[in-house]
Amino acid sequence: MSESISVEIQEVSKRFGDFAAVNRVSLTIQKGEFFSLLGPSGCGKTTLLRMIGGFELPTEGRILIGDKDVTHLPPYKRPVNMVFQSYALFPHLNVIDNVAFGLRYRKLSSSAAQQKARDSLNLVRMAGYEDRMPGQLSGGQRQRVALARALAMEPEVLLLDEPLGALDQKLRKEVQLELKNLQKSLGLTFVFVTHDQEEALTMSDRIAVMNQGRVEQLDASHHVFEYPKTEFVAQFMGAPNFFTGVVKSIAEGLMYIGGRTDADIRVRASSDAWRPEDPIRFVVRPEKLDLRTKSGTSDGEVSIEVTIEDRVYQGVNTVWVVRSDDGERYFIYEQNDRPFQESGRFRVGGRAFMSWNPRDTVVMEKTS
Amino acid sequence: MPDSLETSPQFVGAREPAARGATPFRWERKLMGLHSALVYFFLYAPIVILIVFSFNEARQTARWEGFTFQWYGKLMENKLILRSVQNSLIVAGATTLASTIIGTLAALALGRYAFRGKGATQAALFLPIIIPEIVFGVALVTFFGAVQFQLSIWTVIISHVAFSISYVAIVVRARLAGFDRSLEEAAMDLGAGPIQTFFRVTLPLILPGVIAGALLVFTISIDDYVVSSFVAGAGATTLPIQIYSMIKVGVTPEVNAVSTLLLLVTVVMILFAQRLQQQSGDGGNKR
Repeated sequence: MSESISVEIQEVSKRFGDFAAVNRVSLTIQKGEFFSLLGPSGCGKTTLLRMIGGFELPTEGRILIGDKDVTHLPPYKRPVNMVFQSYALFPHLNVIDNVAFGLRYRKLSSSAAQQKARDSLNLVRMAGYEDRMPGQLSGGQRQRVALARALAMEPEVLLLDEPLGALDQKLRKEVQLELKNLQKSLGLTFVFVTHDQEEALTMSDRIAVMNQGRVEQLDASHHVFEYPKTEFVAQFMGAPNFFTGVVKSIAEGLMYIGGRTDADIRVRASSDAWRPEDPIRFVVRPEKLDLRTKSGTSDGEVSIEVTIEDRVYQGVNTVWVVRSDDGERYFIYEQNDRPFQESGRFRVGGRAFMSWNPRDTVVMEKTS
Repeated sequence: MPDSLETSPQFVGAREPAARGATPFRWERKLMGLHSALVYFFLYAPIVILIVFSFNEARQTARWEGFTFQWYGKLMENKLILRSVQNSLIVAGATTLASTIIGTLAALALGRYAFRGKGATQAALFLPIIIPEIVFGVALVTFFGAVQFQLSIWTVIISHVAFSISYVAIVVRARLAGFDRSLEEAAMDLGAGPIQTFFRVTLPLILPGVIAGALLVFTISIDDYVVSSFVAGAGATTLPIQIYSMIKVGVTPEVNAVSTLLLLVTVVMILFAQRLQQQSGDGGNKR
């Protein structure tokens, strides 16, 4: 196996009776990577993480860490550590004893273990709390202690099971950046489980979007965001704007899609996947759509005439909810970069043109 | 100045609810007080009388004739009573030890694992608490006869363990109900094997439940009469059996004295248990 691979999941499934929580998943996680498993609850992301940690055994498949097969090793024999969703601090031990808990199995002298635990607490800026009991700490502080406890073990891979779920929004944003910086400076491999796409985007190098026990898409985080491959991923990444069209022609990596817009849309496509007359689905992100009074105004923009159904002021954005004549509903984000006006160019109930640059058209994978 | 404050609207407003609340409920509160007083009187009056009469000079009468410690002194010379106290302590001690270990393990198994026949196991475990004690006693003595096991102090211990396991299991299971399994996972994650995890994490966290169960069982065992009277062999007379046989002759101040001592031991143990539970609660339960 290559030097740079940290975790390798090979055809791993986990079944509970007839239900497949994880269904034939294969993926590799690079050394020093911030890797996120993203998906809705019940998608199998936590089960997959727990299998890496050794808390669940796969029904089939293999798991390798470094170049060692750990598929059937118990948690206490794996070079990984976990930050639990509930933090799982030992309530009967104070902070320093919590952090030093695992070090006694490392054949360290007790003073060396204490020093290591202190260093680890320093790292998460919790020095001075050594003698507190977990019950006397705030949620954010507990989260830090749990992190320090896992880091003190110097794991090859750190597993994090939605560790920020219990924190309030403001603190979450801070901790996200802190965690990302910590990971970068330590050069550790992080495997992070979350259901929050924004959180995953903020921190991850790569994201695996999971749905019903399978990986729907695995890509660099900005790629997952900009170029979702399936409708599920598009929906989950906040782009629920689906169009149906038909392939007009295809040649030399360029495809023309017709049937929906005033002009045919020109997109890049691999020519072997599509044939003329194939039905095709595509999405355009809400922030890449514009609302206009006239059709196709500039630079080969394409447009569709729509009815405006609603306008939602959200502070940073205004969301326009519109409906096309074939009944599909679309969301358009307009940045509020000008002073708020009660009545603008558009009014709810009126007609307008929804337009976009063809390069922002994202074609969904062909479903056979 | 204070007068004007008194009549200012917000001041009146602040006083009103308290005044309104107090008046109509005054007689109800008195009635509740009376009710409580009666309850406590019926509960404790006999016990107070028992204690008081253990210091009474007179023998065999319910009339106060002067203060004395002589009955306590007499106890110390009464070989039969001393012997029965010794037996009771052995039985209660052995019962507590055995049933606490077995009951705790049973609670862990029931609280943790799904296995075939779990429901039946659970029901069977709690049955000894429901079965009438007299039936249990008859059953045990029949059983020991059938397997030709000589009645002795061992049969008393075995019988006590048999019904005590249920109490420990119930108390420890209640403690396990709120147990966060991820704590054990965290211990294993940090390199502790199953046995180390049990002794460093699981046991410390359920210890208050285990101690509560142990003390409950000790007090039940030390004052058990019905079952013991069936299964006690020669020379295995326990304190309750001894007291009962003494009472047949008449309630003597000696009986009062030994009962008072038994009461004292029980109360001290319960207080001790509560203290222990509070101490571990400071570190353990506040989350």
